Amino acid sequence: MRLFSDSIGRKAVVAVTGLFMLLFVVTHLLGNSTIFAGPDGINAYAEKLRGLGPFVLVFRIFMAAMLVLHVIFAILLTLENRAANPGKYAVKKMLKATFAGETMIWTGLLLLAFIVYHLLQFTLHITPDVVLGNDAKNRVDVFTMVFSSLRITPIALVYVAAMVTLFLHLSHGIQSIFQTLGLNNEKTMPQFGMLGKLLSALFLVGYSAIPVLILAGILAK
Amino acid sequence: MSAQTSEHKTMSVKLIVWRQKGPNEPGRFETHVAKGITEHHSFLEMLDVVNEDLIKQGKDPIAFDHDCREGICGTCSAVVNGVPHGGQKRTTLCQLHMRKFKDGDAIYLEPWRARAFPIIRDLVVNRGALDKLIQAAGYVSCHTGGVPDANAIPISKPDSDYAMDAAECIGCGACVAACPNGAAMLFAGAKVAQFAALPQGQVEAPERVAAMIQAMQECGFGNCTNHYECQAVCPKDVDVKFIARLNREFHKALFKAKAGTFTPIGE
Repeated sequence: MRLFSDSIGRKAVVAVTGLFMLLFVVTHLLGNSTIFAGPDGINAYAEKLRGLGPFVLVFRIFMAAMLVLHVIFAILLTLENRAANPGKYAVKKMLKATFAGETMIWTGLLLLAFIVYHLLQFTLHITPDVVLGNDAKNRVDVFTMVFSSLRITPIALVYVAAMVTLFLHLSHGIQSIFQTLGLNNEKTMPQFGMLGKLLSALFLVGYSAIPVLILAGILAK
Repeated sequence: MSAQTSEHKTMSVKLIVWRQKGPNEPGRFETHVAKGITEHHSFLEMLDVVNEDLIKQGKDPIAFDHDCREGICGTCSAVVNGVPHGGQKRTTLCQLHMRKFKDGDAIYLEPWRARAFPIIRDLVVNRGALDKLIQAAGYVSCHTGGVPDANAIPISKPDSDYAMDAAECIGCGACVAACPNGAAMLFAGAKVAQFAALPQGQVEAPERVAAMIQAMQECGFGNCTNHYECQAVCPKDVDVKFIARLNREFHKALFKAKAGTFTPIGE
């Protein structure tokens, strides 16, 4: 029984790493929503996070490991699956498979590209749009940084598009976690399916609200 | 039941059918018209009509698998208009009737396609890989002796119903044919779940799931990505909850030290 080489073991790796990233998506949304309280909200939150010191580094290394494992094993499994199915039906009608389910590898790769962009922008601050500075209380002014970038329409649209991609990825991914980890039965299956759709819709609305409200001029300094 | 004497209206359908002379021969689609078909013809009987016509013309009949023709043996197998067994819920191809089609319909007919199921001829594929899964792990290796007394081993009604639901699988392979990944997880899950639900099977549960997964990989089946196409086409509606059970049994077995030593059959 080998976790990293058996078919179901590798699926479990994708599921567990996906679960940790899902928990991160929840936490990140809660953290981000401090922006709705204005500059003081998100700047204070960022200051608190920075105060955690080495824990932040450990957390980042852990999340990076989850991401890398998730991507590697998802790609490996996808390549295997492609090989196992010659895919030469002249006519193939899907009865239950969803667009979200069938495009997991593509939405996943798009999200990977988005994560790289997002980190270059707001973590490493090396994209040209980033405005860095401190606020009146001498904290890093995260609000101004986010606001200045997201009021640029193309950047805001990239963020909204990424969140639509996340919605698709998770609307299949969340219920998949429960099935792959063997936590499903016929009663819980529709419930986990519903939970997945609700959570992904919540993420879509919650995360997209930031660029949309900034573009609309509602969220302003 | 010819068109002249029958009180039933007859119809013609156009078959666009996969023809392939042998495993390593190139295949192609051929068009044949099935004439004089009534609504009471089963799909396979319609193929019989076409084949009789082909034989009369001195041509090779379309090779297709069939046996009981009453929906219980799991032998018939063809993908009709993109759906294994033709898309009628809980129905094998032999029980699909031509009343589901209209006069003049064009029907695409293809064999099961998956790496683990090489084509033998036309619509006939080699489903021996499913037998290999059974040989690897689809049994209990202890000697059971004669027929035991009823209720000598008490099994609860929910457990026996669960095992029977899993055991309903007729091994036709439609799940593999429908799966975008050519995976046999529904078949394997049903077997593993069937045994795991019963006391006789629980003893070797960790070894069974390990042997089953290994055999699936060796046979060239893919991995489940939870699309659930398998259950949608399963003529016995075997539930994907059994795939969750397979996964659960795997995770339980991960923590057992002696897993992976299933006694091969006959030893």
